[in-house]
Amino acid sequence: MNPFSSGTRLRDMIRAIRACKTAAEERAVVRKECALIRAAVSDNDNGYRHRNLAKLMFIHMLGYPTHFGQMECLKLIAAPGFPEKRIGYLGLMLLLDERQEVLMLVTNSLKQDLNHANQYIVGLALCALGNICSAEMARDLAPEVERLLHFRDPNIRKKAALCSIRIVKKVPDLAENFVNPVVSLLKEKHHGVLLTGIQLCTELCNLSEEALEYFRKKCTEGLVKVLKDVVNSSYAPEYDISGIADPFLHIRLLRLLRVLGHGDADASDSMNDILAQVATKTESNKNAGNAILYECVETIMSIEDVSGLRVLAINILGRFLSNRDNNIRYVALNMLMKAVSIDDQAVQRHRATILECVKDSDASIRKRALELVYLLMNETNVKALAKELIDYLQVSDQDFKGDLTAKICSIVEKLSPDKIWYIDQMLKVLSEAGNHVKDEVWHALIVVITNASNLHGYTVRSLYKAIQKSADQATLVRVAVWCIGEYGDMLINNIGMLDLEDPITVTENDAVDVVELAIKLHTSDLTTRAMCLIALLKLSSRFPSCSQRIKNIVTQSKGSLLLELQQRSIEFDSIIEKHQNIRSALVERMPVLDEATFSGRKTGSILAPAVSTINSASGVAISAAAPLVDFIDIGADEPAAASPTSSGGNFLQDLLDVGTTPIPSQSGKTEAQKSGTDVLLDLLSIGPSPPQNSSSAPDLLSLSQDNKTSVSPLDSLSLATVPAVQASSTAMMDLLDGFGPSPPPTNNGPAYPPIVAFESSSLRLTFNFSKQPGSPQETHIEADFTNKSSDVYTNFIFQAAVPKFLQLHLEPASSNTLPGNANGAITQKLRVTNSQHGKKSIVMRIRISYKLNNKDVLEEGQISNFPRDL
Amino acid sequence: MIHFVLLISRQGKVRLTKWYSPYSQKERSKVIRELSGTILSRGPKLCNFVEWRGFKVVYKRYASLYFCMCINQEDNELEVLEIIHHYVEILDRYFGSVCELDLIFNFHKAYYILDEVLIAGELQESSKKTVARLVATQDSLVEAAKEEANSISNIIAQATK
Repeated sequence: MNPFSSGTRLRDMIRAIRACKTAAEERAVVRKECALIRAAVSDNDNGYRHRNLAKLMFIHMLGYPTHFGQMECLKLIAAPGFPEKRIGYLGLMLLLDERQEVLMLVTNSLKQDLNHANQYIVGLALCALGNICSAEMARDLAPEVERLLHFRDPNIRKKAALCSIRIVKKVPDLAENFVNPVVSLLKEKHHGVLLTGIQLCTELCNLSEEALEYFRKKCTEGLVKVLKDVVNSSYAPEYDISGIADPFLHIRLLRLLRVLGHGDADASDSMNDILAQVATKTESNKNAGNAILYECVETIMSIEDVSGLRVLAINILGRFLSNRDNNIRYVALNMLMKAVSIDDQAVQRHRATILECVKDSDASIRKRALELVYLLMNETNVKALAKELIDYLQVSDQDFKGDLTAKICSIVEKLSPDKIWYIDQMLKVLSEAGNHVKDEVWHALIVVITNASNLHGYTVRSLYKAIQKSADQATLVRVAVWCIGEYGDMLINNIGMLDLEDPITVTENDAVDVVELAIKLHTSDLTTRAMCLIALLKLSSRFPSCSQRIKNIVTQSKGSLLLELQQRSIEFDSIIEKHQNIRSALVERMPVLDEATFSGRKTGSILAPAVSTINSASGVAISAAAPLVDFIDIGADEPAAASPTSSGGNFLQDLLDVGTTPIPSQSGKTEAQKSGTDVLLDLLSIGPSPPQNSSSAPDLLSLSQDNKTSVSPLDSLSLATVPAVQASSTAMMDLLDGFGPSPPPTNNGPAYPPIVAFESSSLRLTFNFSKQPGSPQETHIEADFTNKSSDVYTNFIFQAAVPKFLQLHLEPASSNTLPGNANGAITQKLRVTNSQHGKKSIVMRIRISYKLNNKDVLEEGQISNFPRDL
Repeated sequence: MIHFVLLISRQGKVRLTKWYSPYSQKERSKVIRELSGTILSRGPKLCNFVEWRGFKVVYKRYASLYFCMCINQEDNELEVLEIIHHYVEILDRYFGSVCELDLIFNFHKAYYILDEVLIAGELQESSKKTVARLVATQDSLVEAAKEEANSISNIIAQATK
């Protein structure tokens, strides 16, 4: 016998661990014990195996690794005696889960134990199987379990029934084997067997439509009778819980009846009486009774319409809702959510109570109630309810504000009766909880504001008033700054007064104050500051008298450590100082933003709307700034010029991003490029204003392909304007007299032209590239496969290999069938991380296999025409 | 269906864990950390349900121990409270007014009892008496085997004296 393991008993070990004062001490004790157990394991010590396993289980519960004990479980299970098996199975269930391969080794022992003469050993095996079996084991052992459903001892039958639930969940195909045994289980008198049989039956009904039909026909009557018997049974001490005989059985019966009655009028009809009896007769002063009522209400709601019962059910919920017990109120709210779709009016009656629950001190109840209020909102009550919620926003918990704000915003957006109301409510939300408002929400607000031309003045004045009070709410500041930049003149002159407004006096300096404060506030982030800069540029033109002051503020950002701000402020400074003649044209008011485009984008990525709003927001002014950027880049050192694109998070760049997100209002520029002379002036909208018709993405793309060499080195923002830059570089130089003539910039940027990566007589593969800001090493590639032949390719598989300095991640392809005649394409996304970014460019070897008329075809190739600096 | 059962002491120590849905070891400790954080910090008068990752956790405090069970959204929370109480009463009957120490030193017994109450996350037996009887019978089987082993080793010891 091992001299080490004879040491401590389980009890002593637990005591020693409990006596530890610090975590370090505990670790030391556990380490020592584990070492001893490991030694015993490697010595194959029989005598103390069960004690060691018990110790391991305790250690496992404390969160230490115990994988070395897994094989010990298997050995104990294989032992002949009951005590060893008992602890062995316990260890198995505790230390392993269904995903561990070791588990497969136990299948054989389980099979033997399921056939054991000792029924308690059979019970152990069933329990273990029910708790952790995997799909393979379920398949292997299902026949044994099925047989045990007819075992003489009811305690084995009930275990086998629950075990069957696990089996059919893992392998739904096996469900039909269990249908017949279940019918006999449902006729049992033993509560345990009946209980488990009902659960198995419910599971089978959920899994298979056939089984549901079968049970509905064969068992509904019987089950209704069983429920009747249970409800009317006399006092049975064994099953009694607070005066109710076996509430568990009640609840499970009700649940099964719900499944059977759902969508079937006859079955629903047959359970009508008993449901009414349960709903009216069950005592509701104890939890057990309420649990039954709750289940009963849910059943009434789900089965086919029996209107009298529904009223009963809604009344029960109403009673629940006014209960003082939080648990009952919680479940009432939960159930009312389901009732809304059935009987909206009945739920609306409880609106006041529900609204109170939103203000409850209990987070769970608040959350439920808020969701319910959200469902209850409609055009008629939105004003009142939104007012209540916004009022509550002022006093609610910090951690609840996020949820609440999101819901209010969504309601206001969805149900607002008119624009002024929408703007008012949003301003209130922004003032109260601006820090919790998501980007999409305030972007949407700006879109609405630009569209409400009669409210511009009103909005900017309200925002001005609001920001005086709550300057610490980031999103409020952003919206206010944006509006002041756009409509600053309306603020000063009280233009577009509504009847309900009181005139306010704001001087030009006051308006600039707001923006200055915002840009200087230490909590303002890059986005806010960038927006402030643009607003300042706009104000410099709107308020000529403040021009000098604004120039000073802009100048202060010249030293900003954030390169974006620094760069922009230098540019804007130069615009204010040297180019007064074009400034007013540069900073014209934004064209109205298209709501449809915006809402279309909103469903896409989160970043996209940000880009689109801002970029169109800065509109004309920025399209002029774009070439400027590039020229300033040239002036600076090479590394510095490269860094804005690689530094990541360059919001301003996105902000100025004109080319990559073509929207109708920008189309003028594409047109302009083609027109030749004085292109830049066109761009700056000094010349005849460019036509506002739409030009689509293909235009831009084809353009960029033509100019491949010159486009790729440029920033994405100049995609569209590159030709313009080249065509009229003399004009540019005039404009930027400070900077000498230079070749086009060569820094890398986030946009690359697509390449044809591979082309054979039968197949073409194109790569589209994109980069995430912030990770220059990572390139996202979208591979498009086009079939040039007329036949369909099936089993299409694309494989790729890259050298060691690259990391390749392939996402699943959109399909594995490629129709002929270029009639549809497969797309697949790839992600390449270049650890030698800037030094080596990407190369890739590819292999494409597919079946053509059932013959395997293999195509291979190497791609080395990737853009240089990916 | 019950996805897992947790017993956590007021100090956040785990006293029993039973997983009916597959969670890896890493996930298990994450779940325990998250839940003990939320549940232990809740006030006494609040409701016994916590919404968590799209599931609901029903918990109930008995003396220094929190009994927690994680269920699906559509399950009956009130009934799960009743199941918790059912289990606690059986423990109480078995240990004779159970306390946390009983469950620490006899944690395996607590597991054996739980295995007679729940299998595959579903309720197995609604009669406390039956559960108690089944556990007692199995305990006596173990005792009998132990005695037998002792008497055999005694006989061997005497024979080899």
